[in-house]
Amino acid sequence: MSDTFFTASPHWEWYIILYLFIGGIAGGCFLLAALLQVFGRPEDRPVARLGYYAALAGAGASGLVLSLDLTRPERFWHMLLQSHSGLPMFKAWSPMSVGVWGLLGFGGFAFLATLAVLEEEGLSWSVLRRGPVRWLARTGPATAIAALGSLLGLFLAGYTGVLLAVTNRPIWADSSFLGLLFLLSAGSTAAACLMLLATWRRRGDIETLETLARFDRRMLLFELIALALFVGSLGPVVQVLAGWWGALLLVGVVGAGIVLPLALEHRGGGPARLARASALVLAGGLLLRTVVILSSNAIHVTGTSVVQ
Amino acid sequence: MPEPMGFYTDTTVCIGCKACEVACKEWNQLPSTGGGRHEMSGDSYDNTRRLDGMHWRHVKFIEQFSEDRSEGRWLMMSDVCKHCVQAGCLEVCPTGAIIRTEFDTVVIQSDTCNGCRLCIAACPFGVIDINPVSHTAEKCTLCYDRLQAGMVPACAQACPTQSIQFGAIKDLKVRAAARVEQLHRLGESRARLYGADEEMLGGLNSFYLLVDEPEVYGLPRAPKLPSRNLFKSSLFSVLGAAIVALAGFVGLRQRRMEERAREEGGAGV
Repeated sequence: MSDTFFTASPHWEWYIILYLFIGGIAGGCFLLAALLQVFGRPEDRPVARLGYYAALAGAGASGLVLSLDLTRPERFWHMLLQSHSGLPMFKAWSPMSVGVWGLLGFGGFAFLATLAVLEEEGLSWSVLRRGPVRWLARTGPATAIAALGSLLGLFLAGYTGVLLAVTNRPIWADSSFLGLLFLLSAGSTAAACLMLLATWRRRGDIETLETLARFDRRMLLFELIALALFVGSLGPVVQVLAGWWGALLLVGVVGAGIVLPLALEHRGGGPARLARASALVLAGGLLLRTVVILSSNAIHVTGTSVVQ
Repeated sequence: MPEPMGFYTDTTVCIGCKACEVACKEWNQLPSTGGGRHEMSGDSYDNTRRLDGMHWRHVKFIEQFSEDRSEGRWLMMSDVCKHCVQAGCLEVCPTGAIIRTEFDTVVIQSDTCNGCRLCIAACPFGVIDINPVSHTAEKCTLCYDRLQAGMVPACAQACPTQSIQFGAIKDLKVRAAARVEQLHRLGESRARLYGADEEMLGGLNSFYLLVDEPEVYGLPRAPKLPSRNLFKSSLFSVLGAAIVALAGFVGLRQRRMEERAREEGGAGV
C-alpha cells in the first residue's frame, strides 16, 4: 500500500477546483493574447484584447476564491507578509508561497496589459490619454509586458500541479505529471475560452478563430498523452481510479472533453460548431480538476484502516 | 540551549485507557466533539478514530479477530504528532506559522496560521487538522508551554503504565534499545523501533516501539518529505510550459507562411 494512503485530506474542495480551472485559463489567455499581439495580424488584436481582459478577470477571481477557501480569510496577507515582523514572506521551496507571489505578479502584468490596450476600444477615459499609460502601449514596453506576463501566466497554469505533488496525499504526490497535465489543459481551456468569448462578443475574424482552434486541437492531443503518462505513473495507486472516478475521467474528461471536441473541430464548420466544441473543452477541463482533487480527498485513515 | 526532547512510546505496555487523550484535552483546553454528544464509531471500541484539530492524542485500537472471534489480538498505540526532525508541515507552510522550538519540537502558531491547510496534505502521518473553534490548523505542541516551565507534557504525566515516556531524545533512545533487546530475549522477535533512527525524516522526536509491521498500526512504512517531488514535477511542468508556448508560436508562424504562400500563388496567376 502506498505510504500516501496514511495521510489526511486537506478538505480542498470547490474553491480550489475553481481556482485550478480559472487560474489555468487566465494564464493561458494571457499567453495567447500576447502571442496574437506580438506575432499576429492587426485583425487579431480584438481577440488579443479579450485575452488580456480574461487574464485580468481570472487573476482577480483567483485571488478571491483562494482567500475565501482559507479558514481564516481575513489573514490572507499572512502569505505575503510575516505577521510578526511585517517583512516579506517567501519560501522558494514551498510552491504555495511562490505561487502567491506569482499570482500577484501575474495580476500586475494583466492589469498593465489591459491598461495599455484599453485605448483601442475607443473609450474616452482621460486616464488612458495620460503619458505613462500611452508609454505602456508603445511597442517596446508592450512587448516586455507581453513576454514577462506570459512567463508568469505559464507559471500560474502549472505550479498548481507541482503544489499538489509537493504534499503526501494519494494521487497528487504519487505522480510527477500533474503540472504538465494542468499546463496542457490550461492551453486548451484558454483557447476554448477565447473562442467562446470571441464568438459571443462577435470579435475577431474567422482566421483568428481558426488559429485558436488549431492550437486547441494540438493542446488536446498533447493533453491526451499527458493524461496517459499521469495515469500510468500512478502505479498501484491507480486502483483509486478503478470506480466512479475512473469512469468520469474516461467518459467525461477523455470522451466528452477531448475526443468529442476534437471530432467536432476536425469536421470544420462555422463559429457555432467551434463554440460547441469550446464549451465541451471547458467542461472537460473543469471535470479533470474535479476528479484529481476529489478522488484523492476520498481516501483517509479511520482508526488504523484506509478508507477509499 | 535545551537539548532535543520528545516521546518514546512503548506500545506493548499501553492498556488503551485513554488517560493521555483526556489529559491532553484538559491541559490544552480542546473542545469536545459535537458539543459533548459524542457519536459511537460502531465498528470499534475506539470512538476517537483519528487525530485532528481537537484530538492531539489518539489511542489507536488495533482489533484483530478471526471470523468466529475465537482468536484475537489487541494492540494499542497512543498516536501523536511525530515532531519530525525533517518536518513536511514546516517545510511547506507558506505563512511561517509552523516553527521549530528550542526543544527541537514542531509547533503551529495559531495567531499566524490562516488555514490554507497545505500542512494537512503535507504531513506524512495525517496528524494535523483544522480546529473548529480557532479555525486554524492545530496539532500536538508537545506541551510547549509546560516544557518552557520545566514540566512534563500532560499525556506523559497522566500515562499510568509509562507507555508514553518523555525525556531527552538521546536518553529515550538508549531506554528504547534496551527494551527491544529485553523483548527479543523474552521471545517477542517482532519488536522493533519506528522512527528512532535518522533514516526516517531525520528521526522522529516522537518514536515508537511496535510489535508488528508499521501498516498494522496505520503508519506509513517509509514516510517522506513533500519536497522529494519538487524537482521532477517542476521539470515536467517546464516541459509543459515550453510545449504550450511553442505550439502557440508555431501555429501563428504556420499561418503566416500559409498566407505568404497564398499571396505568392495569387501573384503568380
